[in-house]
Amino acid sequence: MCATCGCGDGDRRIETLPHRHDHDHAHAHGHMHTHADGTTHTHAEGHDGARLVSVERDLLARNNAIAEENRRRFQAKRTLALNLVSSPGSGKTALLVETLRRIGQKYPVAVVEGDQETSADADRIRATGAPAIQINTGKGCHLDADLIRGALTRLGAPPNGILFIENVGNLVCPAGFDLGEAQKVVIVSVTEGEDKPLKYSGMFAAAGLMVVTKTDLLPHLDFDVEALIDNARRVHPGIAVLKLSAKSGDGMERWLQWLDAARALRLAAD
Amino acid sequence: MHEVAIAAALIDLVREEAAAARASRVTRLVVEIGALSHVDTHALRFAVDVAAHGGPAEGARLDILEPPGIAWCLDCEASVTIPARGAPCPRCDGVKLIVQGGDEMRLKEMEVS
Repeated sequence: MCATCGCGDGDRRIETLPHRHDHDHAHAHGHMHTHADGTTHTHAEGHDGARLVSVERDLLARNNAIAEENRRRFQAKRTLALNLVSSPGSGKTALLVETLRRIGQKYPVAVVEGDQETSADADRIRATGAPAIQINTGKGCHLDADLIRGALTRLGAPPNGILFIENVGNLVCPAGFDLGEAQKVVIVSVTEGEDKPLKYSGMFAAAGLMVVTKTDLLPHLDFDVEALIDNARRVHPGIAVLKLSAKSGDGMERWLQWLDAARALRLAAD
Repeated sequence: MHEVAIAAALIDLVREEAAAARASRVTRLVVEIGALSHVDTHALRFAVDVAAHGGPAEGARLDILEPPGIAWCLDCEASVTIPARGAPCPRCDGVKLIVQGGDEMRLKEMEVS
């Protein structure tokens, strides 16, 4: 087996890019030495004084620990935190604006907006009267638990209400980063492809709910909603699905009912 | 691109563990990246090289183990190996699969001096 890339062993995978089978650094494979009593032998160890330290730690352990801290904070305030994820342009912000307008003063809400640049989205949210804070990740492609912890110290968690976290538009990177949310909600618009769940399976596997948006455009498109749902259930058999249009209002009532139910669960559980 | 964040997290862990082990140099890292994790191992190698620069693990050899994806097939009622999420069951071609393993990202061990 090649120890550099792991190819050639049954339980490891062969990397696809061409690669050489020589190692790119030189090191001694053993050395010979003579003891004071004149005996000579060879050590098999390559690096002098080298020892092996067993670690067995998750690479995202730090992020996960902060996410748990955030989760305890949400729990203490009985806040339902939702992590909204999607590709850019799926209509996340439009859905949020319409959702906040309909929730109105029924219960407290707040929004954390994640984007690489600009405060345009937080401005759109604030125009509805809901408190919002913008996080600009700069070159970062996802929000992490530490950014949410920072946002919480400024914004606070709405007691007995809902905190919507709008992640950076990206279906790959945010999948692995727990923010402390109750669940991830993945948003897909009908102007995208039905095979998105297969192409970006990690995200659909991590989300509890898929919201299909812009359904008012369906008459103009060759988009097969059932094929999209089949593909989503292929990577996540238990995923819940809602179809709606924030523009026409179709399906918005069911989404609000889903939010009410999720919030009721949050309020009921310790 | 999140491989950069994951590489930075890995190098932070390495630094912590090297200090705990009173080691000044780290010569080899053994990392487990499951076939179903969200990480591209080529991008990770590149990012680790950059993240390790100037620290105890600079120039360390990176061995990446890639455990396969393991899923429970609801139709076969058996544990099967899958190459990716969404891939069908290799026994019955069905798609009702619950992922059980192969999405881990761990620093397993390191060689220090």
